[in-house]
Amino acid sequence: MLEKHKKLERNSMLLLIFTVIAVSIGGIIEILPLFRMQTTIEPVKGVRPYTPLELMGQEIYIREGCNTCHSQQIRPLRDEQQRYGHYSLAAESMYDHPFVWGSKRTGPDLARVGGKYSDEWHVAHLKNPRAVVPESIMPSYAFLAEKPYGDWRIKKRLKVLQSLGVPYTQAMIDEAQNDYEAQANPNALIDPSGLQERYGDKVAVRDFDGNPDEITEMDALIAYLQKLGTDVDFSTYDPDYALKPKTGAAK
Amino acid sequence: MSQTAIAPPPTVAPSRPVYDETILKYFTIAAMFWGIAGFAVGLLIAVQMAFPDFNIPPYLTFGRLRPLHTSAVIFAFGGNVLFATSYHVVQRTCRARLFSDGLSWFTFWGYQAFILMAGLGYVFGVTQGKEYAEPEWYADLWLTIVWVAYLINFLGTLWKRQEKHIYVANWFYLAFIVTVAILHLVNNVSVPIQIGSVHSYSAWAGVQSALIQWWYGHNAVGFFLTAGFLGIMYYYIPKQANRPVYSYRLSIIHFWALIFIYIWAGPHHLLYTALPDWAQTLGMTFSIILWMPSWGGMINGMMTLSGAWHKLRDDPILQFMIIALSFYGMSTFEGPLMSIKAVNSLSHYTDWTIGHVHAGALGWVAFISFGAIYYLVPHLWKKPGMYSTRLISLHLWVATVGIVVYITSMWVAGIMQGLMWRAYNEMGFLTYSFVETVAAMHPYYIIRAIGGLLFLLGALIMVFNIWKTIASPDSVASETGTPSLTPAALPEHV
Repeated sequence: MLEKHKKLERNSMLLLIFTVIAVSIGGIIEILPLFRMQTTIEPVKGVRPYTPLELMGQEIYIREGCNTCHSQQIRPLRDEQQRYGHYSLAAESMYDHPFVWGSKRTGPDLARVGGKYSDEWHVAHLKNPRAVVPESIMPSYAFLAEKPYGDWRIKKRLKVLQSLGVPYTQAMIDEAQNDYEAQANPNALIDPSGLQERYGDKVAVRDFDGNPDEITEMDALIAYLQKLGTDVDFSTYDPDYALKPKTGAAK
Repeated sequence: MSQTAIAPPPTVAPSRPVYDETILKYFTIAAMFWGIAGFAVGLLIAVQMAFPDFNIPPYLTFGRLRPLHTSAVIFAFGGNVLFATSYHVVQRTCRARLFSDGLSWFTFWGYQAFILMAGLGYVFGVTQGKEYAEPEWYADLWLTIVWVAYLINFLGTLWKRQEKHIYVANWFYLAFIVTVAILHLVNNVSVPIQIGSVHSYSAWAGVQSALIQWWYGHNAVGFFLTAGFLGIMYYYIPKQANRPVYSYRLSIIHFWALIFIYIWAGPHHLLYTALPDWAQTLGMTFSIILWMPSWGGMINGMMTLSGAWHKLRDDPILQFMIIALSFYGMSTFEGPLMSIKAVNSLSHYTDWTIGHVHAGALGWVAFISFGAIYYLVPHLWKKPGMYSTRLISLHLWVATVGIVVYITSMWVAGIMQGLMWRAYNEMGFLTYSFVETVAAMHPYYIIRAIGGLLFLLGALIMVFNIWKTIASPDSVASETGTPSLTPAALPEHV
């Protein structure tokens, strides 16, 4: 073996090729099947793409590095399910480009934070976390309420995501700007029924940040937080759904 | 039998290569500069966790500074150390000047530019949000260009070599360069919102995105922070101890086993998540197997001192290197342990992980780097030695105490956190609210910050020592091109 190895030690390109082969095997075996196996993401009813406003909320969530301290992945352990709710399903993050599961819980998991607290609580907490939770070590994000929405190029964002496989329809892309404004600003002249038609009745339409005069980054972030984990109705969720024979209509 | 002793190297080599040492000086200084910056930001975010008022929104919050810290220490400090040492080792062990001066300078300035692009981005809120892969698409593209130049420059030097064999340290450097390229390219596939926009969307989503990210993330540890620094071990420990590498056979097994097995271990970051079970099990299994090649390499490095253990008594540079290997051994045992699902259910999401990472990063990566830099500085600036050996010793002890304080506080904090999260009272309810566990961390976060402060102080002592060394008037005669400087003690494989 040592004699044969000397060939590699004398030929840099041979060494390079063998190295590439050695480091490729594991990755190929682990990663490639995930793209082909139907079982990777079991189909679940209710999961929908983010509305334009929620999508911008996620953008802010990533920009501020919220995921460095908050996970969004509940493990199937007794205490976690009791503390945070049903364990996370693969389908629930299937439209996250990229995933924001996180790896550290300096703060609590947020996978199912949607609907647990009022908008007012979120506003107060984001502005001054210690006013609401005295022991909190979270930074203050009061500046989000001061920042009106800028030129987010929302249409382009939806288009890019569509090209990556998120099922945004042409109507969703065309109406992106209107949907964005309609969701956060009930005073706007835009009828939100189109938004709810496109994204479902469960979409929350209201002034999230308590300031109806303008749409701020606070609106977007809270809209995103209030959506987290609310897609799937676990009272009717069937974990064996994927294993059952499909009827003609289901794909 | 004395006649069979290996002949000394010929006094006159067929040709005398003129090594490029200026570039090594630049990379060495850059490494120290970014090292101090990275450690200082680390200290700041440690203080922020103990005292949240140290957050200054919007630019200097923990969420934006944490990637600044990790990128500064891993890619800026670690990266510049790897450039400096790989360019040094490949020249010496090939007895050839670097392939192209132009490429050398391009990699230097190009890499510093990448660091600035990435770091400024985080502070201003430009991030992909993927750990250790935060830089956005434009910085990623730029890094790809710099990295290809690095690969060509390194390979080209191997092609020019006047030694028959490629020395083992270079195998590790080569594997590090090429594997990091593969990881970087696959993990960062993304589509910019438009050409003028700094933002992009990752091509990968959800569970696939998670696995690709941790295949990348874990192997950034495996190849950037391990394989590259093992290259340092395989050259600088034999040089400093003036002994050949313990076992040639073991280095071959070490190399191939390590690079083959490491790649599989990524899923241990995703145990109990929505990742399919078979992938989690594979990741856990290979993580445990990985313990063996890791310790094989550690033994190969440590046993290089056989017959020269007495040198460890009064050479603080060697002490740095051997303590580095001890921390390497410790964290490569702790890692597999934490990859076992039952242990991971407790340790995941807690500060235990942070402690583990720092045992490896401070104990192994930084210490072996400090050892190599202490070796390099007098060598590059043609001085008889470092300005003060006692200051090296002082650095060693201050930093070692700092690491121990850091990791022990995080062990206690992490395990306590994990146990509090899962504690039930006799009524069958969760005992603690989440925020009670946050409050319980407070003293440990303070202790950890003290550990970090000590580590930073040690590095500042090092900067002072280096500065005094470079500024000192004594110098030894120029040795450029003297063939006896080629590592006579190294090539054991003849």
